[in-house]
Amino acid sequence: MIRVQTEDFNQQREYDGLREQSSVGAVVTFTGLVRDMNQGEQVASLTLEHYPAMTEKSLAQIVSQAKQRWNILACTLIHRVGELTLSEQIVFVGIATAHRKDAFAACEYIMDYLKTQAPFWKKECNSQGTSYWVDARESDNSALDKWS
Amino acid sequence: MIKILFFAQIRDQLGVSELQLPSAENNDLTTLLENLKLRDNNWLSVLSKGSLMVAVNQTMQADNVALCSGDEVAFFPPVTGG
Repeated sequence: MIRVQTEDFNQQREYDGLREQSSVGAVVTFTGLVRDMNQGEQVASLTLEHYPAMTEKSLAQIVSQAKQRWNILACTLIHRVGELTLSEQIVFVGIATAHRKDAFAACEYIMDYLKTQAPFWKKECNSQGTSYWVDARESDNSALDKWS
Repeated sequence: MIKILFFAQIRDQLGVSELQLPSAENNDLTTLLENLKLRDNNWLSVLSKGSLMVAVNQTMQADNVALCSGDEVAFFPPVTGG
C-alpha cells in the first residue's frame, strides 16, 4: 500500500496491518522524522513539495523492484507532503516477510531508492525565519552502489 | 503542444512553473532543452547545471528521447525526500 498525504499516520495501525497474514514472521519498519539540525542550520520547520503526477508512480516502481528481489508478504509506504514541524513524522516504510533478513534488506533498499528517485523536495525554515532548499547529499547516491 | 513543468529551486530560479511549447520545434528532449536555454542567460545557467534531473511522462530520463504532442516534460533538482 502506497500513500502520499498531508495528514500524519499512526505507527501502531500501520504495523497491525502488516502482520495480518499468518505467514508473516518478521516486520521491519522505518520512520523518518523532521530533525532540528541539518547542514549546520537550526531547523524550525520544513515544507515538502512533490510532483503529484509522478510521485505515486515512482514509489510504486521502487516497491515493485523490491518485490522482485525479496519475498515480501506486505509492504506499506507512506510519505507526507506540505508543512511539517520539528519531530513530525515524514516517511514510513513497513515490510512484512517470513524471515528477518529479507525485511531488513527490503526496508533499506526502499529508503535508499526513495531518497534518490522519488520526486520530493524539502524546503527548510530556520529559527530566524529564513527558508532555503535542502541540498541533495552525495552519500544518498553512493548508498545505491550496494544494490547494484 | 508539449507541457513543461519546473519544480523546487529550478522553478524558483526561472520564476515559471509551467510552459506549453509546440512539439514541431521540440521533437526531442535535447532540442527542447537547448531551446529553453536560448531564452536568456538565467535560463542558460539554471538549465546547464550538471545535477539537473528530467522526467518525461513522469518517468526519469538519463538520455535523449523523442517527444510528441501531449507529452509532459519536467525539470527539477536532485530529489531530497525521505
